[in-house]
Amino acid sequence: MTGLEFVSYLFDLLLVFALAIFVGFEVISKVPTTLHTPLMSATNAIHGVVLVGAIFIVAAIFNASLSSPLFIALALVAVTLGTINVVGGFAVTERMLQMFKKKDAVKK
Amino acid sequence: MTAYALAQTIVFYTATLAAVVLFILGLRYLSSPATARVGNRYAAVGMLLAIAASIWRIDAAGWWIILIGIAVGTVIGLFSALKVKMTAMPQMVALFNGAGGGAAACISTAEFFVLATAPPSLSPQLRLLTYVSLVVSAIIGAVSFSGSIIAFLKLQEWMTGRPVTYKGQQAVNALIGLSALVLALGIMARSGDVPWVWYVGMLAAALIFGVLFVLPIGGADMPVVISLLNSFTGVAVAITGFELDNQLLIVSGTLVGASGTLLTMMMGKAMNRPLTNVLFGAFGASGGMEVASASGAPQNIRSTSVDDVAVMLAYAHQVIVVPGYGMAVAQAQHSVRELADQLEKKGVSVKYAIHPVAGRMPGHMNVLLAEANVPYNQLYDMDDINPEFGRTDVALIIGANDVTNPAARNVPSSPIYGMPILDVDKAANVVVLKRSMRSGFAGIDNPLYEDPKTVMLFGDAKASVDGLVHAVKVL
Repeated sequence: MTGLEFVSYLFDLLLVFALAIFVGFEVISKVPTTLHTPLMSATNAIHGVVLVGAIFIVAAIFNASLSSPLFIALALVAVTLGTINVVGGFAVTERMLQMFKKKDAVKK
Repeated sequence: MTAYALAQTIVFYTATLAAVVLFILGLRYLSSPATARVGNRYAAVGMLLAIAASIWRIDAAGWWIILIGIAVGTVIGLFSALKVKMTAMPQMVALFNGAGGGAAACISTAEFFVLATAPPSLSPQLRLLTYVSLVVSAIIGAVSFSGSIIAFLKLQEWMTGRPVTYKGQQAVNALIGLSALVLALGIMARSGDVPWVWYVGMLAAALIFGVLFVLPIGGADMPVVISLLNSFTGVAVAITGFELDNQLLIVSGTLVGASGTLLTMMMGKAMNRPLTNVLFGAFGASGGMEVASASGAPQNIRSTSVDDVAVMLAYAHQVIVVPGYGMAVAQAQHSVRELADQLEKKGVSVKYAIHPVAGRMPGHMNVLLAEANVPYNQLYDMDDINPEFGRTDVALIIGANDVTNPAARNVPSSPIYGMPILDVDKAANVVVLKRSMRSGFAGIDNPLYEDPKTVMLFGDAKASVDGLVHAVKVL
């Protein structure tokens, strides 16, 4: 990668980063207090996307033929923790929101 | 490029795009009660697509690690999410958040050792970017990991929920933080051929810093801290995206970082406590502040019986229920609704006053009362209900403490001075259901209990409310 290519590469990523900041602020700017807890829990689940990063690091380790226990352990822990974040996060959010469903059913 | 590789690439980027769109739509839908459940599922579907496409993209290299990790993680995640009591939810969120932070730190650590053991041929600029981002994501991820665990231990009451402070604390914290920073700068400056001791030292300092930074925070500030740590993990994930050249991580992590920051500020605002106070002004702990409450245990409290309270309630025109953490702990929400039903049968108007930080998290009370099918239109926000207290015969406080403490209004030396509270003391009568005279989560006395209008009904909230239901029924 030449210096010029690097600059364009970096700024592509920074552009995405900057736009995502604004979307993040905008998308939840009008939330009733009632939904603060489920919303926090859902954003918590979404950063579980770190699991995708864990999957890619597993590939990086295997493609470089690194098989020492240190690498295996780090990869395994990363995937496990990432999965706990995703699965636990969505499941607990779903549970919180079930309670809203009940309430709606009663209203109707 | 073979057709197969092309297909892989196209599918991967399409899944990334779909996941980003589904995450954003999901968050949007989560902002309204009617669509919240759909929102959560959108986000979950997006996640599933992203994970499946990623596994295919790498041709399932090291598939057994991925398989074992996902299997173990799913069992642990599902089991704890489904088993946890609704009262313990906040600490569960803290724990899942810590897992995410830990994953980010593990990824960066693995990346560091991959770069050290089998350096790929990278241009100097790209190498620098990789080192900068891996170091930053490792530090933030580690802080979030250890900080979340301390937050969990505090909320679970496996350690004291009070602020832990000692002399020179901020200096120690600054020193540890600074050493992590110096090592990080050293690693970035070398960007390759880094002694692993530097990295491990930096990681250790970050982990210790996470512990130290949450220790002095306690009391009602805990939800704010969890929200803050949540956005930290988001940022760590975003920076991991820079490290791995993965736009999905950048976008999703940033979304969470930004929305988490906004949510944190909303909570801070609800408590009238700027974030700097939350982080550096240990709640009700630092020496001089205690003086305000050091007047000794309250002397003039009046204890009452279930029957007396039942009469008071049944013949009131309007009752406002003020739920707090005590109701959550006792799982009394169903009994509370039953009591409200009984009272309404007798023509009493019942309303619920929800303080923004009642319980351990904003919205905590709403979730519990929704579970008990309390009609949505009976729940009132602080600003809407406060004028009502003056027209109310009985304010029934069920396990809430700090959010009703008038010291926040009129004792400038009180640690919670300035926090908006529910004006329960404006009601004609105040009934406080409480386990004991122990002070609230913030660890300060509540002058409300000495108010001549106030009577105390001691005992487990559920037992007391069940008693009230029965007593009102037979009246």
